[in-house]
Amino acid sequence: MSWIDVGALNDIPVRGARIVKTPLGCVALFRTDEEEVFATSDRCPHKGGPLSEGIVHGKSVTCPLHNWVFSLESGEAQGADDGQIATFSVKVEDGRILMDGEELGKRSAA
Amino acid sequence: MTKQKLIVIGAGMASGRALEQLFAANPDAYDVTLFNAEPRGNYDRIMLSPVLAGDKTYEEIVIHDSAWYEDNTVTCRFGEKIVSIDRAAKTVTAENGDVLAYDKLLFGTGSNPFIIPLPGHDLDGVIAYRDLEDTQAMMAKRAGDKVVVIGGGLLGLEAAAGMAAHGVDVTVVHIMGHLMERQLDEAAGYLLKKSLEDKGITVLCNANSKEIKGVDGKVSALMLDDGTELPCDLLVMAVGIRPNIALGAESGLATGRGIHVDDQMITSDENILAVGECVEHDGMVFGLVAPLYDQAKVVAKTLLGEEAKYEQKTLSTKLKVTGCDLFSAGDFAEAEGREDILFRDPARGVYKRLVIEDNKIIGAVMYGDTADGSWFFGMIKDGTDISEMRDTLIFGPAYQGGATADPLSAVAALPLDAEICGCNGVSKGDIVAAIEAGAGDLGAIRGTTKASASCGTCTGLVEQLLQVELGDDFKMPVAAPMCGCTDLTHEDVRRLIKSKELKSQEAVWQELGWKTRNGCHSCRPAINYYLLADWPVEYQDDPQSRFVNERKHANIQKDGTYSVVPRMWGGITTPDELRAIADAADKYKVPTVKVTGGQRIDLLGVKGEDLPSIWYDLGQAGLVSGHAYSKGLRTVKTCVGTDHCRFGTQDSTGLGIKLEKHLWGSWTPHKLKLAVSGCPRNCAEATCKDIGVICVDSGYEIHVGGAAGMEIKGTEVLCKVETEEEAMEVISAMTQIYRENAKYLDRIYKWMAKVGLDWIKEQIVDDLGNRKALADRFELSQSIYRKDPWAEHAKEKAEDYQPLADLTLEAAE
Ligand code: SRM
Ligand SMILES: Cc1cc2nc3c(=O)[nH]c(=O)nc-3n(C[C@H](O)[C@H](O)[C@H](O)COP(=O)(O)OP(=O)(O)OC[C@H]3O[C@@H](n4cnc5c(N)ncnc54)[C@H](O)[C@@H]3O)c2cc1C
Ligand code: SF4
Ligand code: FES
Repeated sequence: MSWIDVGALNDIPVRGARIVKTPLGCVALFRTDEEEVFATSDRCPHKGGPLSEGIVHGKSVTCPLHNWVFSLESGEAQGADDGQIATFSVKVEDGRILMDGEELGKRSAA
Repeated sequence: MTKQKLIVIGAGMASGRALEQLFAANPDAYDVTLFNAEPRGNYDRIMLSPVLAGDKTYEEIVIHDSAWYEDNTVTCRFGEKIVSIDRAAKTVTAENGDVLAYDKLLFGTGSNPFIIPLPGHDLDGVIAYRDLEDTQAMMAKRAGDKVVVIGGGLLGLEAAAGMAAHGVDVTVVHIMGHLMERQLDEAAGYLLKKSLEDKGITVLCNANSKEIKGVDGKVSALMLDDGTELPCDLLVMAVGIRPNIALGAESGLATGRGIHVDDQMITSDENILAVGECVEHDGMVFGLVAPLYDQAKVVAKTLLGEEAKYEQKTLSTKLKVTGCDLFSAGDFAEAEGREDILFRDPARGVYKRLVIEDNKIIGAVMYGDTADGSWFFGMIKDGTDISEMRDTLIFGPAYQGGATADPLSAVAALPLDAEICGCNGVSKGDIVAAIEAGAGDLGAIRGTTKASASCGTCTGLVEQLLQVELGDDFKMPVAAPMCGCTDLTHEDVRRLIKSKELKSQEAVWQELGWKTRNGCHSCRPAINYYLLADWPVEYQDDPQSRFVNERKHANIQKDGTYSVVPRMWGGITTPDELRAIADAADKYKVPTVKVTGGQRIDLLGVKGEDLPSIWYDLGQAGLVSGHAYSKGLRTVKTCVGTDHCRFGTQDSTGLGIKLEKHLWGSWTPHKLKLAVSGCPRNCAEATCKDIGVICVDSGYEIHVGGAAGMEIKGTEVLCKVETEEEAMEVISAMTQIYRENAKYLDRIYKWMAKVGLDWIKEQIVDDLGNRKALADRFELSQSIYRKDPWAEHAKEKAEDYQPLADLTLEAAE
């Protein structure tokens, strides 16, 4: 693992999201609670909706285009819809958000 | 054998425990000299809060009294600091210049409270909460004195609660959105805030301190960055601690956040050890006593040359705030694979949440009923597998083994004198009697017993009773709930928000017993709307509860770009505005420029990152957001009216512009479209709008309830008025009554079908007082919402439209 500081926790509103550009495309960082952040692919597998613009509730996000709901923990679509988004390692330390550079780099090589 | 010399720096809880262990194992190994900066020996720092609250005296919290030090022949040098260490010579220097030699030196210097370096932080009357002196300064405050506490964590709240118990006027200023955000979730944070407020404490969350003001060198007020001034005679900062490493660092010991120690608690110098909050072990620093006591055992053994190894445990700790029924233990931090089990009983103000990972409880937050706290805490510590009892776990130990969680059997088992409806004091027996006397549905029960007729939270219980008593004869009603998060309908929720004066989302989740932590994409936007419509001044709009279009103030397109539609008041524009639009279209390479059906121009295909800049440019030409994206006022279409048209009877264009300037920025249950036509030929299509005006010779005909979307509805006439002023007032009142009563996502025509045009007429045509009151309430709300969100976002939130980081370069390396 090689943790990269991508920004301050407080740059993401609680129950909001921001994106980080990576070699794998845009990754969405969701802040579900004061101290809780998840990272997933920003692209909805349905028709490419920007998930970072969805409404965040519990540990899920609803795609803004046609309301598919994804678990931020497993990346799985919930309910009747069938789909999966990639999830990435992320952690919060001293108010900073860290992502694993190796994971982002390695997977792009694959 | 001659005794070795041990010098201990700091007589705190950690070094105190280490000495106990040392003397118990071998009282003769060391000749101990104990320095302490505080003018006293070891006392139970944790118990300072009960001292502050007046429940204990200092004498009762002393851990080691002078007899103990005498018995163990400790040389006490209290009130004296060590100021330097000469490691080569193995000596320390005390404040008065004394130089003492040691064989072993033990650091137990604890932590320093963190003082935010705000302007004025060094004024007299600015204190922390760490020691007896701080506690005494707070105890000196009397009823009527004003104190501000910065920090809504455990210590800050203990300080606030302790002082409030003596009638001191306390305000807590907390930077985060809810109190104790590290230990509590928002729901428990909300309940805690409520109960502190009930104790008379003012709690300000999301509050950023800016400056401390003083008079004659003494604190007089705290200024927040929003300009609020909080006068005070004492300011307590309780915002965190930092390991006290200065002396260690100066003497050349390896330090990071704390003084580095190995598993034997030895620092980078083999003759110097450290214990307590001043150490950093394997990357960790410490802030609670339990791990310090483990360290103390190890340090004592190491001093005696015995083998010992300090291992960090994943420790869970119970926390309580004086006088609040609150319990928090274990871990809530972010991680994959964790689930919540949630229980809310709004009537009793009870909230419980368990965090489960790998079939084990790893965290628990409880509020209002903490009786089972120790049981959960035990299971957290033991890592008990809960898969067998998962379904009933949250109900506590009483429900384990046999008892079913079926709600019907629970209701059936209630004794007849159990109270069902708290508001009206109705017991189960009363309701059963009413059912036996023939009441067969909820309405009949409400009519005969008044049960569930007030706040409505016992509705579910009453229905279950009906089911128990009547069996298949009772059909559970199927009024559609808002969504899966609640059994209440939109109408119920609107009513309860008003009657119970719920003014925050947390209040709704808790008081109305939401089944999810913070709603879903369906109920959150509705709740956000209801709250801001009913409490425009108290409630803060929550962008995170809005659909992307309303959060970003632009319509998202199918390819993820946005459209930008500036306002053209009443459909009127100028060459300058058109030039600004054309320039913006060029500059931001807008692929499509379209005239909309709403008499204005749409720039389609703008990139998300460009939004703040295009808005800024348009704003320079006086153009503001057209809210083409909002459940709010859209457009007011007009025709050319008396200014140009040979048939025009009134200034329809002028009235349209006035209306748009009056109504813009307002949020409504669904979109709100208006039009003003200058004569019954109706070129502005006013008779298919939510609100339309047809001008006639004798005045203005006001129409309501039209639409021309998925359904086509002609309007109905609400009333006719003679003057423009009256027309404006009726339309304000109409807008407000719709805002206050309709279900979210009902347009006026849908809502009107439920309440009837006659009811609306009674309220705003016949009752002039009510019309004025509604118009006044609309104006109050508009005093907050009548503003251009584009200008605000371009100025203050432009950063939010950019990616947080760009790793395309770094991560590729
Ligand atoms: C831009 C515009 C079409 C145009 O190019 O003329 C338009 C575009 C959209 N309309 Fe409309 N409507 C536009 C005028 C209308 C009109 C005509 C009018 O207002 O006189 C109507 C019929 C009148 C009415 O509302 O009764 C209209 C009835 C709808 C409806 C159906 C509403 C209904 O209650 O049945 C929707 C869907 C909805 O709101 O749920 C809709 C929804 C939409 C949305 C917002 C769809 C969406 O959610 O993404 C479209 C956004 C496109 C975009 O990306 O910008 N639009 N839409 C018009 C903008 C007017 C403006 O200046 O603000
Ligand atoms: C109000 C309050 C409530 C708390 N509640 C809880 C609780 O509920 N649960 C819990 O687990 N923990 C609680 N804590 C934290 C707990 O008190 C600390 O973790 C613990 O006291 C730390 O012990 P220590 O020996 O490392 O440091 P301390 O107890 O702070 O002792 C360090 C001592 O070293 C002295 N010193 C520093 N530098 C020098 C020097 N150069 N020369 C001589 N002396 C020096 C200091 O004056 C101080 O007396 C609370 C703390 C406070 C303030
Ligand atoms: S009519 Fe349909 S396709 Fe056309 S703008 Fe309106 S919503 Fe979009
Ligand atoms: S693109 Fe996400 S739900 Fe359709």
